[in-house]
Amino acid sequence: MSDRVYLDNSATTPVAPEVLDAMRPYFDSVYGNPSSLHAFGREARRAVEASRATIAEFLRVLPEEVVFTSGATEADNLAILGSAYAPRRSGGHVVSTKIEHHAVLHSINWLTSHGFDATLLDVDGSGRVEPDQVRAALRKDTFLVSIIAGSNEIGTLEPIAEIGAICRERGIAFHTDAVQAFGKIDLPTPSVDLLSASAHKLHGPKGVGLLVVRKKTHISPTTHGGGHESGRRSGTENVPGIVGFAAATRLAARERDEVGARMRRFRARLIEGVGSIPGTRLNGHPTDSLPHIANFSFQGIEGESLVMRLDEHGIAASTGSACSSPDLEPSHVLVAIGVPLSMAHGSLRISTGRQTTDADIDRLLDVLPRVVKDLRDLSPFKVGEATCTPRE
Amino acid sequence: MYTERVIEHFRHPHNMGKLANPSAIGKVGNIVCGDVMWLYIRVEKDGQGRDVIADVSWETFGCTAAIATSSMVSDLAKGKTLLEAIAITNQDVAQELGGLPPVKMHCSALAADALNEAIHNYLSEHGMPIPDALRRRHEKIEKDVAALDKRYKAFLDREQAKEGAAAAGEPNSCN
Repeated sequence: MSDRVYLDNSATTPVAPEVLDAMRPYFDSVYGNPSSLHAFGREARRAVEASRATIAEFLRVLPEEVVFTSGATEADNLAILGSAYAPRRSGGHVVSTKIEHHAVLHSINWLTSHGFDATLLDVDGSGRVEPDQVRAALRKDTFLVSIIAGSNEIGTLEPIAEIGAICRERGIAFHTDAVQAFGKIDLPTPSVDLLSASAHKLHGPKGVGLLVVRKKTHISPTTHGGGHESGRRSGTENVPGIVGFAAATRLAARERDEVGARMRRFRARLIEGVGSIPGTRLNGHPTDSLPHIANFSFQGIEGESLVMRLDEHGIAASTGSACSSPDLEPSHVLVAIGVPLSMAHGSLRISTGRQTTDADIDRLLDVLPRVVKDLRDLSPFKVGEATCTPRE
Repeated sequence: MYTERVIEHFRHPHNMGKLANPSAIGKVGNIVCGDVMWLYIRVEKDGQGRDVIADVSWETFGCTAAIATSSMVSDLAKGKTLLEAIAITNQDVAQELGGLPPVKMHCSALAADALNEAIHNYLSEHGMPIPDALRRRHEKIEKDVAALDKRYKAFLDREQAKEGAAAAGEPNSCN
């Protein structure tokens, strides 16, 4: 199909033309290794440090507090494992939530299988954790609190500033996975000690991310080698990627108000439009949300089928249905917010980007009701009764 | 990840929907796993007095593979004698679709199970002898269902509490 509609911008985004332009010279003209002493190296080093300064300014942190990584998964791993194995620490306790990205959850699971303790907090029906829950979970040996800034699945924003203040009071490091929030909302970075972000979620390239490590926060490196990134992450810097990350950050800073307002309008349209289809529910907070993510469940149908049917119509979206995951259980995020099982498998995440237009939303809202009806006609589950039970 | 045959059956499924006046129904699957399949059969005598699946249809809640395997098993079963239909395995279903991704093989098992259960129910409702192989598969399916129910008891208990809340007027749930 020629005019395909891409509404899966939480998975990844197209690189913006100006980002690609900024990156291009760093593949074949300015190709030096930033660690080299000669002119080729110095040129590349200047580009990396200028990029670091750009991103640091945007985040209101110091340039030396920005550590570039291969992506946000590495940044999350570095934050959690690096804190756990920080100098002079042995064992201890981590506090997080049940709705984190797997890069955080699985890192914490790995820690608990290696002698650490963890508390994963429940969230309310909209996906929000209360600052008081965090306070109550803190122990004497708690060394890290890690809470997502805005949910990658349902968009709900967490009270990061308040949680950061509690951690600061207690002298406990606070990490936030800001992958979806970076560039979309004003992040309260002064109250955060560790922050993960990724370039490809905001029209930058894949393969580059960052971890902010505030000056007084101690982590151990998890990648050992030539001592790059002030010894916190060894490995030759991805120069074009880092330059692209900075260009994407500049673009996001310049456009955030305008694009953000548009995304919020699209989200409101989606909530109204999808809400008018019977047997649907919005997963996540109606307003206290990232602007670009809207997640819905459809009674009586399964999410993967829904994504595939939309794909036939040239529309790309995604699902929290874990139909292809080995355990076959529905999304841990949807389970955590209490989505009934009859609906947890039938979820659809629609996520917009800077390129999304009203026509894209029109197209989705035109196709979706037909596709939902089509799949419901195949399903043994009846729609329209409170119990969602199969019809006899 | 899916073969052309799978996509074709998913796009244009055969024999879907509820069958009017079915002779028997096979119900398999578990909502926690996201696949529920109901298979309807209508059994008639053919010219030689054999029991034949004269018509078959299905209703499936599930992924692309679940829908494609439902469609395929209905094609395979239609027109077959009960004895022939009993011999249809999940491997047959997957093979006819040009293969399934490993993680989706359970969908083909579900489709074969649904057919198995429909035939088993037909035979037992009519007091007819049940071949050993069919009975053993039926017992295994029942055991699997019990194991799933046990494994997902916490899920299902929570679900019931949820439904209680919904009945009490919880907004925006199953509206």
